[in-house]
Amino acid sequence: MSAAATLDAAKIGPHARVPVLDVRDLSVEFRTRSGLVRALEQVSLAVHRGECVGVVGESGSGKSVTAYAVMRLLDAAGRVTAGDVRFSGIDLLAASDADIADLRGREMSMIFQNPRAALNPIRPVGRQIADVLIRHGGVTRDQAPDRAVQLLAEVGIPDPRRRAHAYPFELSGGMCQRIGIALALACRPALLIADEPTTGLDVTTQAVIMDLVTTLARERGMATVLITHDLGLATEYCDRIVVMHAGHVVESAPTAEIFATPRHPYTAKLIAATPRPGVPLSGLVSIPGNLPDLRATNLAPCRFLARCDRAHADCAVPPLLRQEEEGRMVACRHPL
Amino acid sequence: MLGVTVRRLAAALPTLVGVVIVTFLLTRALPGDPAAYFAGPAATQQAIAEIRAKLGLDQPLPVQFLDYVQDLLRGDLGLSITTGQPVLHELTTRLPASAELTLLGLLFAGSVGITLGVLAALKQNSWLDNLCRVVATLGVSLPTFFTGLLLIYVFYYLLGWAPAPLGRLDAFASPPPHVTGFYLIDSLLAGDLETFRSALAQIVLPAITLGIFAVAPIARITRGSMLAVMGSDFIRAARGHGLSGRTVVVAYALRNALLPVVTTLGMVFSFLLGANVLVEKVFAWPGIGSYAVEALIASDYAPVQGFVMTMGVLYVLLNLMIDLLYQVIDPRVRLEA
Amino acid sequence: MSATVASAPPKAGLLRHIRYVLGENPVTALAFGLFALLVFAAIFGPALVPYDPIAGAGPALQPPSAKHWFGTDSLGRDVFSRVVAATRLDLGMAFAAVAIVFVFGTLAGTAAGFFGGWWDRIIGRIADTLMAFPLFVLAMGIVAAVGNSVESIVIATAIVNFPIYARIARAEANIRRDAGFVEAARLSGFSEGRILLTEVAPNLLPIMMVQVSLTLGYAILNCAGLSFIGLGIRPPTPEWGIMVAEGASTIISGEWWIALFPGLALMLAVFTFNLLGDGLRDIVDPRKRT
Repeated sequence: MSAAATLDAAKIGPHARVPVLDVRDLSVEFRTRSGLVRALEQVSLAVHRGECVGVVGESGSGKSVTAYAVMRLLDAAGRVTAGDVRFSGIDLLAASDADIADLRGREMSMIFQNPRAALNPIRPVGRQIADVLIRHGGVTRDQAPDRAVQLLAEVGIPDPRRRAHAYPFELSGGMCQRIGIALALACRPALLIADEPTTGLDVTTQAVIMDLVTTLARERGMATVLITHDLGLATEYCDRIVVMHAGHVVESAPTAEIFATPRHPYTAKLIAATPRPGVPLSGLVSIPGNLPDLRATNLAPCRFLARCDRAHADCAVPPLLRQEEEGRMVACRHPL
Repeated sequence: MLGVTVRRLAAALPTLVGVVIVTFLLTRALPGDPAAYFAGPAATQQAIAEIRAKLGLDQPLPVQFLDYVQDLLRGDLGLSITTGQPVLHELTTRLPASAELTLLGLLFAGSVGITLGVLAALKQNSWLDNLCRVVATLGVSLPTFFTGLLLIYVFYYLLGWAPAPLGRLDAFASPPPHVTGFYLIDSLLAGDLETFRSALAQIVLPAITLGIFAVAPIARITRGSMLAVMGSDFIRAARGHGLSGRTVVVAYALRNALLPVVTTLGMVFSFLLGANVLVEKVFAWPGIGSYAVEALIASDYAPVQGFVMTMGVLYVLLNLMIDLLYQVIDPRVRLEA
Repeated sequence: MSATVASAPPKAGLLRHIRYVLGENPVTALAFGLFALLVFAAIFGPALVPYDPIAGAGPALQPPSAKHWFGTDSLGRDVFSRVVAATRLDLGMAFAAVAIVFVFGTLAGTAAGFFGGWWDRIIGRIADTLMAFPLFVLAMGIVAAVGNSVESIVIATAIVNFPIYARIARAEANIRRDAGFVEAARLSGFSEGRILLTEVAPNLLPIMMVQVSLTLGYAILNCAGLSFIGLGIRPPTPEWGIMVAEGASTIISGEWWIALFPGLALMLAVFTFNLLGDGLRDIVDPRKRT
């Protein structure tokens, strides 16, 4: 419980402006049969209390890996090779497994993509929420089922008392995601990481789920990280946006600014590829090329180089230049 | 749930009919003339013909089959020539000995196999994992009767830890009062610890011999399915919600991983019931297997047919039970049916 | 270099693949070596052994020595000579049983999968009914019915393996029912029966061969188990199962070698075929590698 004690001190202490989550220069590698994959390189991002930060990028850009690294949920093949992850001042990478397990689900929690697969298929959903409550919530075994029903009601599940006995396969995808939200928010965490919370759901459900997440987050003053490939979704709900490409953070800025004046060529292309009001669908531009092979040993310092139409000769010269000014960051030698 | 049970029972009926037909065909395929066999070497042609008529062997095959089924329904499996006893009676008195041995063997195989499989999966590529792989390949290569003899040599002859391999109790103990027919349970019910210890000492080696054979497939499948489950999304999510390692492994992973293991129990039972015959012979265990072997050697066919049918029926029922067990632990099957 | 690889005939590709699998997996190479040894013992063993396997060669119940590597049994026969000489009978029975079930099981299963309908229903029902018995028990029943002889052991072992072969062949034939080469043969006017024999069945051979090596181990165990309980083989014929049975009475009084060596030979043979089966499966169907 030592971590929890430090945590409370950090919350109420003089360091109140310490970000809830502060990731600095995080690098992650995966050992695979076909070679070493440098999945993340010097990824930095910070989230403050009550703030919602969107992490945006194509699939394979390292968004989920970042989330898993923060939550210490990487596969056995994955390894953090450098960097620093602090949660309310606690060094998450150095914390013991037991301390991490105490924090997960209680102080920092996660909504997983593919809601049905993230639930135990042969345990009633109410039981699964009760498991988390009993583990962290200071709730006794007898009280847990009632509290679970209450949580189901809070995430808008009709007839929660009956649904608590349902198994995941009996519920729709949207219902399963509501269960996922109930699980993540059961213990009123300080940090919520939502990993593609709406993929696979139909558009109406998407909006309902997102409103639910943001409302609950705002009510409770949570720090929220929204991971999505959908820039439109991120602009709608987030205060800041972090753009990732091939394991690098290429740009980060307040939402309004990034939209008005994107500085990284990749961000500009992403915006051009995102449907938005006033632009006909035929005006959308797709981004050329693919993500580079991260197993290659001769990767250019800028991993966008091969796809970039503004590439200069000096872009291939290490190191990757990260320019910071007034709360904005762009990783490009020749920004827009 | 009840409806599903009834439906499964109904689905097992054709298989039971199949078992009866096969057993009947085996009876009729007997070498030589059963009538001449029953009549004895000194019988005249006329005596043989009379016996043939009496046994109904002069009737067409379908009629003989109906007679056979009628006898079965009356519980008449014929007489054993060597002992002069009704086969049904001898099978039912010997069945508990076989069942006790098989179940204990399964218990051993299940606990060792599942533990080994789970540990191997949790510590992939460790020495335990390698041990699991060796056991999985070596285990299925072991001739049961040979393992039994080796264990007897080591634990009876060399070490003197085990009693002589001569049946269910040592010579000085008497069987406990009959309740279930399982000596271990009956002796406990009677509060007779002396008999319990004797029965336990006798059953340990044969049960382990039987179990070793089945450890391999159970360990192999547990390891595989545990590996698959541990890599699945919901386990990552369960850890992400902070559930303790034990809850994740036992309540979340293991319960899911056991589903394929339960499905393969059918195959495991096929192994166990077959190997049971050999183990009973090695350990002079007074079950239905050794009864059938003795009868087979003496060309006493009624007990053999009765034995084959009993085993067939038992095996069908066991598979039915496995089916039902599967529905208890997997809600998807239970509720969708 | 790449041009030669691309233009290499498929046969060379297979050989390369086999060499690759053997190189990757020394255990499979070991299994091939053991298999060669077993076949050698089966063919030449009886001619090469130092003593007559069915006649007394010295004093009874001698422990292993330089003269008698595996000792002598209760009739003074040389255990080593008997163990080696028995290879031919044990492998012979298993090979015969598997050859029979390979032919009939594959044909029946292919017919069920390819023709469907009544063929499928009848063959499926037969397989299901046979599967309703514990295999060894069914084998005992068949030996009792057909007669107590080596032939009936072989037949019984073949029959109890029938469902496995029929099911695999059925599934594989079903997939190829409307494959391109089958359609082509149909368009050429071949009859369905001819297509089954000349087009579909040969296509199943690789997969069925894997099954052969996987079931050979079980077939050896099954035959030896039946002879262990006193069926089929009559003394003094050297055979591993019956030799273990003969050694069973002396092991309790400490003469371990009479049962141990034939038992180990049996284990080694079964182990070899199990390894070989796993290895062949890797070569034929790399997806199922565990």
